[in-house]
Amino acid sequence: MDLGPFLLLATLEGLLQAAVLTLTALGLSLVFGVMRIVNVAHGEFYMLGAVIAWWTASLLSSNPAAGFFLALVISPLLVGAIAYACERLILKRLEYDPEATIVATIGMLYVIQQTVLIAYGPDARPVEAPFYFRVQFPWFGYSGYNLFVIAAAIALLGICWYILTKTRLGLIMRATQFDRETAQAFGIPVGKVYGYVFAAGAMLAAIAAVLIVPIRQAHYLMGLDPLLLSFIVVIIGGLGSLRGTVIAALIIGLSDGVISVFFSPTLAKMISTLLVALVLVFKPEGLFGARAR
Amino acid sequence: MTSPSFTKAAGLHLLVIMSLFVLQFVLPAYHHLAIARIMVLAVFAMGYNLLFGYAGLLSLGHALFFAAGLYGAGLTAYHLGWSVPAAFVAGTGSGFLASLLVGLISLRTSGVAFMIVTMMFAQVAYLASLYFTTYTRGDEGLVMPDAARRFELFGASFDLTDPTVRYNIALALLTLTTVVIFAIVRGTTGRTLIAIRENEPRTLMLGYDTFRIKLKALVISGTLSAMAGSAYALLFAYVGSSFASIQYSIDALLFTLLGGAGTVLGPLLGTVAMFYMIDIASEYTAAYLLVTGLALIALVLFFPKGIVGTIRERWVSWLP
Repeated sequence: MDLGPFLLLATLEGLLQAAVLTLTALGLSLVFGVMRIVNVAHGEFYMLGAVIAWWTASLLSSNPAAGFFLALVISPLLVGAIAYACERLILKRLEYDPEATIVATIGMLYVIQQTVLIAYGPDARPVEAPFYFRVQFPWFGYSGYNLFVIAAAIALLGICWYILTKTRLGLIMRATQFDRETAQAFGIPVGKVYGYVFAAGAMLAAIAAVLIVPIRQAHYLMGLDPLLLSFIVVIIGGLGSLRGTVIAALIIGLSDGVISVFFSPTLAKMISTLLVALVLVFKPEGLFGARAR
Repeated sequence: MTSPSFTKAAGLHLLVIMSLFVLQFVLPAYHHLAIARIMVLAVFAMGYNLLFGYAGLLSLGHALFFAAGLYGAGLTAYHLGWSVPAAFVAGTGSGFLASLLVGLISLRTSGVAFMIVTMMFAQVAYLASLYFTTYTRGDEGLVMPDAARRFELFGASFDLTDPTVRYNIALALLTLTTVVIFAIVRGTTGRTLIAIRENEPRTLMLGYDTFRIKLKALVISGTLSAMAGSAYALLFAYVGSSFASIQYSIDALLFTLLGGAGTVLGPLLGTVAMFYMIDIASEYTAAYLLVTGLALIALVLFFPKGIVGTIRERWVSWLP
């Protein structure tokens, strides 16, 4: 058999995975970078995004495209609002103590997951893609929607990069990240910034989920895998480094695509998890991160 | 060592053990089994607490050590036909080796990185238990045959299918763990562990080899957790992947936090409280993890010292 079509398919699937992963991991990295807390509930915000997308789309089931684009607006907004409420009600009161926030976000993980289980049920449900067309490659046709997801992720990354590096908003975030006390002294409302950053991180995960839900279905347990993969990406890429996050997501997404096509997916996961643990032990700042001060 | 506070504390622990012994004669069958299970889980939580409560190291990978014991004992008994004592030693031994190895690598990190590294090692172990499904039967798990649960020791024969035997073996393990933890905590090692928890750089500066002390705490903690795992496999005759999942590491953390981290009896009390809370909740809803989640949030927000921790702070300052 020819190797070419296999490799192309693995690459395309890997790119799709990398696109979604970059957005999810960027959310986690933003929260960790600015607030210095590990958000274990990040995967659940992703799951919430997908479930709310299903709910929104089912309201407008007569027109799949309108339903999808409505979901793309409503789902991140709702998830952002929930994340903002969690931050104000719980994390703020813990004064961002690293261990207490980990325990609290584990609690949030269970609460969100089980609430969705009660309200939405254990079924996996699909959202219809907004459009169908096939891109014809020499060997096979490929879903045009998948390519749209990759393009959308690249566009969103561009916007994030612009906001973080060129705007006043990004400057405020970087100042807060660099030195909380000094930022406060210069009149930056650090508490507010934390609330918005936490919400923005969750919204990125929700957007990624809305994009993926026409391809993979919405399910109440779908949050764990993206959470672990995002951890891996954020650690390998170096915490708080946008460039590192993108490159690491590409490496992980592509290698996952290729290894899963040729080997056992469980073995692939075992190896990558072990490698990450070792990266963290021997090079804690990651591949592109600055050494912690 | 024989100060009045020591006598009082030792007496209290003796009283707790004695009441657990007496309790078995009055409990109905369901609660008899439940308490036996709780005592084994409490050994796990007490082992966890030595690391988290006293040394201040938050590990999210203790399911790895519990599972090392579970599989170390379960697989040798199931596939190789080892007798119960030999399987128990094998399980506890694999936990010792696993914690030594994990400790040597993961203790190079600290804080959040330590938490993530331990979680990832545990995740690898969990995936491995699924990958080698030919031997472990993965999620479905192995059920020990009754023949593998009878053994003879010092001329007496024991049958682990008998509830009374199970209860008393669990109680014996709990007693042993309490004595070990009590001795460590009251001794110099316990004081240095607390010193590391409160201020590691200063402890290092005073000339203590903090890496070595932390490793010692992790190995004792991991071995005790593995002992609980081995006992679980042999006493309750089930070995499965779910015991290696992240959920199980979090349970140990939850039991410890609820009862009071950094107290000897806290994890036991936390296990009892959480076990019955979930037991009662699951009568009403299948989503009992909701209770777990709400308990975790409420604990860190309003009750960070846990039950025994709060009692110690307010009223009984001599509690170890």
